[in-house]
Amino acid sequence: MQKVLVAGLIGLLFGTGIAISGMANPAKVLNFFDFAGTWDPSLAFVMGAALLVTALGYRLVLRRSAPLFDKGFHLPTARRIDLPLVAGAMLFGVGWGITGFCPGGAIPALGLAELDAFVFVASMIGGIVLARSTRLALAGRASAQSA
Amino acid sequence: MTQFTPFLSLAGGMLIGLSAVLLMASHGRIAGMTGILSAILPPLSSDWPWRAAFLAGAVAAPALIVALSADNIGFASSTPTPWLIAGGLIVGVGVYFGSGCTSGHGVCGLARRSPRSIVATGVFMASTAATVFVIRHVLGVF
Repeated sequence: MQKVLVAGLIGLLFGTGIAISGMANPAKVLNFFDFAGTWDPSLAFVMGAALLVTALGYRLVLRRSAPLFDKGFHLPTARRIDLPLVAGAMLFGVGWGITGFCPGGAIPALGLAELDAFVFVASMIGGIVLARSTRLALAGRASAQSA
Repeated sequence: MTQFTPFLSLAGGMLIGLSAVLLMASHGRIAGMTGILSAILPPLSSDWPWRAAFLAGAVAAPALIVALSADNIGFASSTPTPWLIAGGLIVGVGVYFGSGCTSGHGVCGLARRSPRSIVATGVFMASTAATVFVIRHVLGVF
């Protein structure tokens, strides 16, 4: 229960940061990337500040033997720089550039009750579910063939 | 045009960083929106309730700010709906295969100096900028 409550409070902090920084505003995001037009450098300040705080904080936190609510830290173990990583990141950028929404910006934008945020999040969820079922189907076929 | 907001953006970025640090300190987890969101979609991860709470908090925050203060949170979207739907699908597929987005790779991953996150962040920042350039200055569609 405590674990769930604390996560809710941390989510509240995250959403506040996204909202006041401008990351929930597609126009501001797109202008950050529009160097040849209406450039707005604000998002460099968002990412710079977030990165600095996280890098310093992680250094302190990861020195401990375990987090508060778990037996150990869950850090990603994948190391390979493979095609899904690069192609996926490239695709993500295309979609971010078309819409101005990234997942971390779009979810808090739902709280602004803007229709475009709902349309984006619904189709993004569709994309995640589609990609996951495709990968599972391919993995299933591969294991059926090898069996 | 959007107004340059260095101080609000700095403050907001610090809060995003603080939430990432606190989630690592409490749950031992990366504060990546892609991973957290994917885990509450079917098939549900067994450990979904805290993730649902995180998402609920993230959605509630802007609503609370708007309700409790006179300030408005800026929002403007001019992407036509068919493009918005296509873009959403592309983002969903991309972040699934790319294992993360701006929060997971761009903040948490870079903070850990993860080589995968450094590559992913470089690639998606470049492809976003290229896409915006093509849409606004080559095609001039919207």
